[in-house]
Amino acid sequence: MGSHVWRPLFVIIVLVIAILISRFFIVPHDFGIRGKGYMYGWYREGNIEDWKNVKVKYQGKDYCKDCHADKFESILNSPHAIIQCENCHGPALDHPSDPPKLAIDRSRATCFRCHYPLPYPSSGRAKIKSVDPDTHNAGIECSTCHNPHKPNLAAQ
Amino acid sequence: MITRRDFLKYTVKGAAGLALPLAALEIIDSKKLLADISGPGKVRWAFVVDTYKCVGCGLCVKACKLENEVPYDANATRTWVERYVDTKEGKLYADTPKGARDGFTTNKIDLGLGKFQDIKNDDIQRAFFVPKLCNQCENPPCVQACPVGATYQTPDGVVLIDRTWCIGCGYCIMACPYGARFFHPKYKTAEKCNFCYHRITKGLKTACVQACPFGARMIGNIKDPDDPVTKIIKTERVGVLKSEFGTKPQVYYIGLEEEVS
Repeated sequence: MGSHVWRPLFVIIVLVIAILISRFFIVPHDFGIRGKGYMYGWYREGNIEDWKNVKVKYQGKDYCKDCHADKFESILNSPHAIIQCENCHGPALDHPSDPPKLAIDRSRATCFRCHYPLPYPSSGRAKIKSVDPDTHNAGIECSTCHNPHKPNLAAQ
Repeated sequence: MITRRDFLKYTVKGAAGLALPLAALEIIDSKKLLADISGPGKVRWAFVVDTYKCVGCGLCVKACKLENEVPYDANATRTWVERYVDTKEGKLYADTPKGARDGFTTNKIDLGLGKFQDIKNDDIQRAFFVPKLCNQCENPPCVQACPVGATYQTPDGVVLIDRTWCIGCGYCIMACPYGARFFHPKYKTAEKCNFCYHRITKGLKTACVQACPFGARMIGNIKDPDDPVTKIIKTERVGVLKSEFGTKPQVYYIGLEEEVS
């Protein structure tokens, strides 16, 4: 073969080598094919750890139990026992160090998530006691009269 | 010296050979097509939704958005709750205002574009709520679509997205038959439910399962025969969404209706 073949071929070989070298540095070393193969298992393995390291924000009601034992006990003896503390008090995060105080959602809208009347057949919603928000003391926070931890007025 | 006849023959043969995909030469193993619960590893996450128990309070959506840092006011969410209302006239309505982040606090159906349909309680034939989330398919089409390997299936069956690797092309969002994917407004990458991977790998329940007061959501390991979720899937009448797509979704529904898709 003459130099008219070798010269462009040489350029191509150099280019390919340059691309392979830069690829070696750019692509993370844990990137590759695993598990079920190229179609579903072609990924950077370190990303699994990245996701595992995401911070947990909702701690669950057992996290509240020791310091707020009185509140924890009172709600347990009410129909609201099934509701998590954090559903109204917001995610605990690292409370009490960060944040020192949790913002409580006392809005009427929070209560009407369950207690707005939607008597839907074949849904559990139909079985929940409800009031019409337009006629039942409109504009006043429900917690003015109903203690959310002990919502039955007769029991208070 | 090559004859013209031979030259044409070789050209046709060569072109035909090049056009043949490598996959055509592979002998398909029928075992590969079954859901992989026999493979290595002790965990395969799966989800059960009981639509009879769901009351549409949306506390799961609120918890999910805060737990997974999906911007609260953006109209994007990893999980959402749909409301289906069948009227006695035979009309079907469905809505999910803001993904039901604030629950359903009106009997008006949100038709979109600021239009609402008022339905009287007496006109309702049946109505119910259906929570939705990523199905963590055994054969995830979103993963097949990704051109850069930024989304993948973990050995325990959860489909994750590598935010550092995603180029934001959006093919996966189009590939998902369930509409479970969206663009993260902050990171500008594809986003979806990952069964709270940071929680389930620490032995916690997902944020939505924990927040649900009615036990409408359950997560478990289908490789563990004693897991309550495995027992429900094996012994009760459960359905999956869009099974005809062959995606083998791993979110099982109790009380699924034909109109839900």
